[in-house]
Amino acid sequence: MTEKFRTSQGTRVDRSKVINFTFNGKAYRGAEGDTLASALVANGVHLVGRSFKTHRPRGILTCGSEEPNAIIQLETGPRSEPNLRATQIELYEGLIAKSVNCWPSVNFDVLAVNGLASRLFVAGFYYKTFMDPKSMWMTVYEPMIRRMAGLGVLPREKDPDTYDHMNEFCEVMVIGAGPAGLAAALAAGKSGARVVLCDEQVEFGGSLLNSKEIIDGRPALEWVASAVAELEAMDNVRLLKRANAFGYYDHNYITVHERRTDHFGPGAKPELARHRVWHFRAKQVVLATGSHERPLVFADNDRPGIMLAASGQAYANRYGALPGKRGVVFTNNDSAYKVAIDLVDAGMAIPLVVDLREVADGELPNTARQKGIEVVTGAGIVATEGRKRLKAIEIAQISSDGEKITGAKRRIECDTILMSGGWNPAVHLFSQSIGKLRYDEEKACFLPNISSQKERTVGACKGTFDLQSALEEGMTAGALAAQDSGFGKGKAPAAPKAVVVAEKPLKAIWVVPTDHPVGQGPRKHFVDYQHDVTAADIMLAAREGMHSVEHMKRFTTTGMATDQGKLSNVNGLAILSAQLGKAIPQVGTTTFRPPYTPVTFGALAGRGINGDLADPVRRTPMYSWHLEHGATFEPVGQWQRAWYYPKAGEDMHAAVTRESKALRDGVGILDASTLGKIDIQGKDAAQFLNMIYTNAWLKLPVGSCRYGFMLKEDGMVFDDGVTSRLGENHFHMTTTTGGAAGVLDWLEEYLQTEWPDLEVYCTSVTEEWSTLSIGGPKARALMEELAPEMDFSNEAFPFMTWREGEVAGVPARVFRISFTGDLSYEINVRNWHGLHMWEKCMELGAKYDITPYGTETMHVLRAEKGFVIIGQDTDGTQTPQDLGMDWIIAKSKSDFIGRRSFVREDTKRPDRKQLVGLMTENPKEVLTEGAQLTYERVNPTPAPMVGHVTSAYWSPNLDHSIAMAMVKDGHNRMGQWIYAHDRGKVTKVKIVSPVFYDQKGERRDG
Amino acid sequence: MLYIKCPWCGERDETEYHYGGEAHIARPENPDELTDAEWAEYVFMRTNTKGVHRERWVHSDGCRRWFNVARNTVTNEIVAVYKAGEKLDLPDATAPVKAAAKASAKSPAPSEAKKPARKTAADKKEGA
Repeated sequence: MTEKFRTSQGTRVDRSKVINFTFNGKAYRGAEGDTLASALVANGVHLVGRSFKTHRPRGILTCGSEEPNAIIQLETGPRSEPNLRATQIELYEGLIAKSVNCWPSVNFDVLAVNGLASRLFVAGFYYKTFMDPKSMWMTVYEPMIRRMAGLGVLPREKDPDTYDHMNEFCEVMVIGAGPAGLAAALAAGKSGARVVLCDEQVEFGGSLLNSKEIIDGRPALEWVASAVAELEAMDNVRLLKRANAFGYYDHNYITVHERRTDHFGPGAKPELARHRVWHFRAKQVVLATGSHERPLVFADNDRPGIMLAASGQAYANRYGALPGKRGVVFTNNDSAYKVAIDLVDAGMAIPLVVDLREVADGELPNTARQKGIEVVTGAGIVATEGRKRLKAIEIAQISSDGEKITGAKRRIECDTILMSGGWNPAVHLFSQSIGKLRYDEEKACFLPNISSQKERTVGACKGTFDLQSALEEGMTAGALAAQDSGFGKGKAPAAPKAVVVAEKPLKAIWVVPTDHPVGQGPRKHFVDYQHDVTAADIMLAAREGMHSVEHMKRFTTTGMATDQGKLSNVNGLAILSAQLGKAIPQVGTTTFRPPYTPVTFGALAGRGINGDLADPVRRTPMYSWHLEHGATFEPVGQWQRAWYYPKAGEDMHAAVTRESKALRDGVGILDASTLGKIDIQGKDAAQFLNMIYTNAWLKLPVGSCRYGFMLKEDGMVFDDGVTSRLGENHFHMTTTTGGAAGVLDWLEEYLQTEWPDLEVYCTSVTEEWSTLSIGGPKARALMEELAPEMDFSNEAFPFMTWREGEVAGVPARVFRISFTGDLSYEINVRNWHGLHMWEKCMELGAKYDITPYGTETMHVLRAEKGFVIIGQDTDGTQTPQDLGMDWIIAKSKSDFIGRRSFVREDTKRPDRKQLVGLMTENPKEVLTEGAQLTYERVNPTPAPMVGHVTSAYWSPNLDHSIAMAMVKDGHNRMGQWIYAHDRGKVTKVKIVSPVFYDQKGERRDG
Repeated sequence: MLYIKCPWCGERDETEYHYGGEAHIARPENPDELTDAEWAEYVFMRTNTKGVHRERWVHSDGCRRWFNVARNTVTNEIVAVYKAGEKLDLPDATAPVKAAAKASAKSPAPSEAKKPARKTAADKKEGA
């Protein structure tokens, strides 16, 4: 297909270099330098998408990152990417693109029937239509909304590209390389400071790329070229094109998304990282982010062919692509007259400018008149026609308050409207930096007012719309920013001289009337194009009580699409203000949040996209053995722990049953190396532990071990473990696997901030020691074979003591502690002996049929004994008393962390939730962990919940299901029947002691 | 992301640190002598300052030392960084006004000079 709308005038395209591409299945030709959008415009294609709710045909509206309509799915297969803006996609040979949000095609869209039912889709339709029943949400409503929305499709395949993160420092960060940004970078660069200049566009120049300005007597782009050349020659300046600064965080931390290879086509440069996310920490920031032209809100303002004025100008000047054959300019300000003039010069018919102002007597309107363009003032476009492309408009005089039509309607045939409702400075990054905005009545926009960080705004972003002032502001800000970061004397270089044509003020009419009141007839006034929000929706929201702009936003979803309301926010809140009878500043804006434009997940993930770099994986020295012997693994924090060791044909239940019985009947072995271990030394170590733990530590003999609870100051248990006295001033503390880092932090916090006088040193030794737990009635026999030199008799080596000796030929510490209730020894050897020790245990244990067991069996065995797991049976709201472990509190101690809280009213309450055991009426039925408990089977609504199941297992040794639970007043209710509820299923359970097995503790000594 | 100057290691990204809540709340030496309300004040109540807030940070992924930061909670500007036990005088204009107004007779005002009871042990040790 030929490029019917291509002129010879585009400054940034090379027509001699043809690029072939496919859009919605049809082949087209473009030119080098084109974006997908400009190539489509050159081919006369404006229908590029369907709207979100009502599937109305939509056309290209802008030429930049603010585009709400031309939303594209680019390419197919693993490199397919949804929701890109055609206005930012650079054309390359063979490009394949299609519209999102239309099915089966953009020309014939089945869901356009929604348009007929558009009354269903009023503001807040999510909340009203999809309310009940709740069960329909996940199954019916949400999938339906998703299919309707159709906002692109994610590839199913793995992302084949690589992505990088870069961390960098600079003195002056300049964001935006339009005239003001280039000037700022030049001024700052000359000072010698490290300067970064980034811009989201393909090349530097900003608005100058689109217009025909004159600087220093030459076309502005010549000045741009010389400025860029000057910057490139500076070693202290880093220039980033195609680099969108998407987040401005605290302390001048700025994130930039750089697209490095997309313009070569998918996979074209595999040696390069496709995207980079830059993390800059800047001493000073200059925001030169420019501005967005604002749409006018008039009747049926969303037809393909309706475009922002300056975007139409950009297509003609920059890309040599005329937006149409015959266009009408609709404006409330002078800037659009420049567009009319440029388009006439480019060869497009612009018979008419419709100006909302009563008077248009500035230099630009007069020049337009001289070009033969008719200017109609005090008028507006009150209706449009044409479904897939604009065909005609109706204009009429309107009252000076903008409320109604006062004159006769006049119909004009045209295929294009170029509209301008004024300019919104792109204050997004400024607002993200927590800068405060103010509303400027004359310019009818929000402007940066009070900076919160070390930052300056310049140019259009500051509301400085004339080119000369923008250049001067840029030079000044660049020099001052450099000076404030320690470079140069703050003297701004002379700014070049631009030709400036004075412009008269605009007139804000937020909703242009039509021949029926807004929302009461067929014509719609669109505010948010991407989310299909109309002026009527916003007015309805206000009537329904959404008086805050934040409420209005969420109720109508204005500004919540992928364009984040770059075009719609100010119009939306102005309409809300008018409806509420308040001034715009009183209503205020919504919060601007990162990202400024969408960033791919790949870029955010960086090299971590392949998973193995995302988070460290921790393995014990015995990992290889577990792997070779068929263990399944369970992640516990970063640790990979053996979960169970299934034999051929065994499922988890069978394996755990076998492992559980094996330990109780013979001997089992567990890799407990992941237990947190902290070496504690110093002359005050015992005194310190006395404050950290609830029980007494001063008199613990060397060679002994003690189990302890650590509390927070609120009296609640936060970790447990066994600590052993290695020497007078030397202890070995163990913690839960998951709690190890937190416990070390806790100890250090108290040592540094509360008791710096204490001489205590804490060192994490978790990975220095491998721990093997040998348990079961035959454990002693095995130990005797492993360490013939050591005495394992109860008399010589009693429970809760530890001994040092040679085990399997290597030095070891053996602790007689038990987490199963059976006779048990924990062998600790240096890490590099871990695997050796394990293999030796298996070898010598073979005749006892030693059985390796994993964490699941460990959980079952400990539950049989009622031993709590901190973090499973507790959640930070249990005192030791709640857990039935009053005995662990030393009554003799006057102080330890948390003690004082025990006598608070709340911790003394008798009806607190307490740890109990539960036995199901049906012995085979295993409860669900997390099941809620009630005292009665049938309850009023809302049911009085009295607790929940914390642990539940099948106990092979009892041949009965067992559970632990927190139950209100549970300790006083032993023997009572209560009810467990699991998604409608009710189970009768009896409250019992949590010690299910070996209640007298006779198995401990073997 | 904040950029915090550790007194020992220098400027580092916030991700290397952990926040430790309001500073200069010393653990009472004799908890038994406090009423429930006073104990609750120590355990649970914080000033929620709008303005310059004294708070504790620990350089978890660095030297693992605790130190104090005076940070403006409105702008996140860090006014000063000082070691545990060091004293920091700030001009009145930046003092936590609301915190002082909130203080009752039983819980002394959290301005440095007036609240020996809430100083940390580290403060006491180094005589600040």
